[in-house]
Amino acid sequence: MNQTDFPILNQKINGEPLIYFDSAATSQKPQFVIDAITDYYQNDNANVHRGIYELSQRATNLYEKARDKVQKLIHAKRREEVLFTRGTTESLNWLASTYGVENVKQGDEILLSYMEHHSNIVPWQQLAKRVGASLKYIALKEDGTLDLADAEAKLSDKTKIVSVTHASNVLGVVNPIKKLAQMAHEHGAIMIADGAQSVPHMAIDVQEMGVDFFAFSGHKMLGPTGIGVLYGRYDVLNQMRPAQFGGEMIEFVDLHEATFQPLPWRFEAGTPNIAGAIGLGAAVDYLTNIGMFEVAKYEQSLVDYALPKLKSIDGLTVYGPQESEQHTGVIAFNIAGIHAHDLATALDQEGIAVRAGHHCAQPLMHYLDVAATVRVSFYIYNTRQEIDRFVATLGKIKEYFNREFA
Amino acid sequence: MSLHNLDYLYRQTIMAYAQHPHHYQPMLGTENYHIRKYNPTCGDVIDLAFNIDHDIVTDIHFYGDGCAISKSSASIMTDLVIGKNTSQITQLVDQFSKMVRGEAGNYNALGEAQILSGVTKFPTRIKCATLAWHALAELLAIEK
Repeated sequence: MNQTDFPILNQKINGEPLIYFDSAATSQKPQFVIDAITDYYQNDNANVHRGIYELSQRATNLYEKARDKVQKLIHAKRREEVLFTRGTTESLNWLASTYGVENVKQGDEILLSYMEHHSNIVPWQQLAKRVGASLKYIALKEDGTLDLADAEAKLSDKTKIVSVTHASNVLGVVNPIKKLAQMAHEHGAIMIADGAQSVPHMAIDVQEMGVDFFAFSGHKMLGPTGIGVLYGRYDVLNQMRPAQFGGEMIEFVDLHEATFQPLPWRFEAGTPNIAGAIGLGAAVDYLTNIGMFEVAKYEQSLVDYALPKLKSIDGLTVYGPQESEQHTGVIAFNIAGIHAHDLATALDQEGIAVRAGHHCAQPLMHYLDVAATVRVSFYIYNTRQEIDRFVATLGKIKEYFNREFA
Repeated sequence: MSLHNLDYLYRQTIMAYAQHPHHYQPMLGTENYHIRKYNPTCGDVIDLAFNIDHDIVTDIHFYGDGCAISKSSASIMTDLVIGKNTSQITQLVDQFSKMVRGEAGNYNALGEAQILSGVTKFPTRIKCATLAWHALAELLAIEK
């Protein structure tokens, strides 16, 4: 699907045509997004929200239009609910250091799951230490899906925050956020979902899911690095203190006091990443032009094609659900007798870029009792032909390493 | 087909050590000095322990999950340092580090560890080769 829109893919790595299977780490960018950023710097660059002149007005319009595009993409009720951040990590850190510090007290609990990325664990650990709260983790079932009975058992009136990933960056599962949000709300807790691995790949409706906060990154969804989003429900967001203070977010400042802008600008201190937001807006345009249902359908067709082929390789273990209809385009696996790092180096020699390691999810790796896995992750620019070449290459690598070296 | 490039890295000897590492055994808990090191890029863990008698390393062993490069490097290292004194070992650690960074020099003292110089062609794997050596350097620092 549209591989030619992505100029970076038209190159050889180690003498072989590049196959990029690491989109869960970061996606490649279509020419359309690259052009939007270049065009902004060549024609419209100025600071936003303050200039009296034409150029600043244009930059401001482009920046704010990007917010509208994101609002539509995730079906937020109001544009003020969309805050630009540096990415998912910053979004979650803001929540821990503002909402968390103000609402989580000694003896309270924060409920996470075993499949979280470090960015949805470590900020909460720090918060828990600071205020004297404790962390609990929802267990996983045999197939890597969330154990909802365990979630119910671990929820209590002490639970103030439930923060769970929408889609796993290792196991290829999508979590029932709507159900979790209902459960959290019944216990008076707020629901935060990490959308870093879901927004790029599926249609999102934050109102339908019933989340209070939702965080994601631009660079995993065809946009540039350094831009991301924190969605917050208006009434919760409006009660929250800003994470940072300075220019752009104030209304009036004297020597001892300051008043702040309304939402969303109150949270965007300093000159924002204007080009990043515009690039993200272009990425949203590109994706919505295809249609998120089409994106999801295409990726599912790649999974349907790849998963049975991978599973038929002798000695290969796939983590997470074994049926392709329950598996996203993130597939983590190991081949018996070949360490993940050695396999990734060998694939790189054949021009195939994959991730090997703990995928920023060490507690999950420990839970699965594996040290490292290889992960392939697909996006709209990948093809069945690439999967064929990948599977054939795995066979060659197995032969290479499974010799007896004496 | 460029898998043959791998031969620079996965030499016969390296793979033999990876499959059958020397001094590879779980920690006993009775060793004089023990350290655990992590490779944060892959999550690999190495435990390394040694016994020292009058400044001479009399026993050394390692344990943990690792790739072929890190395991073989640890195996060769343990063979090399056993029976040597701490200042000799410090010099070897320093030389190994220079070699895998691609600095020119005479590395004969490293003996079999010289076959790991192929890792300079694979910059993303240098940390795999040096993990055990970094652990050893820290162990020596603790011992001092």
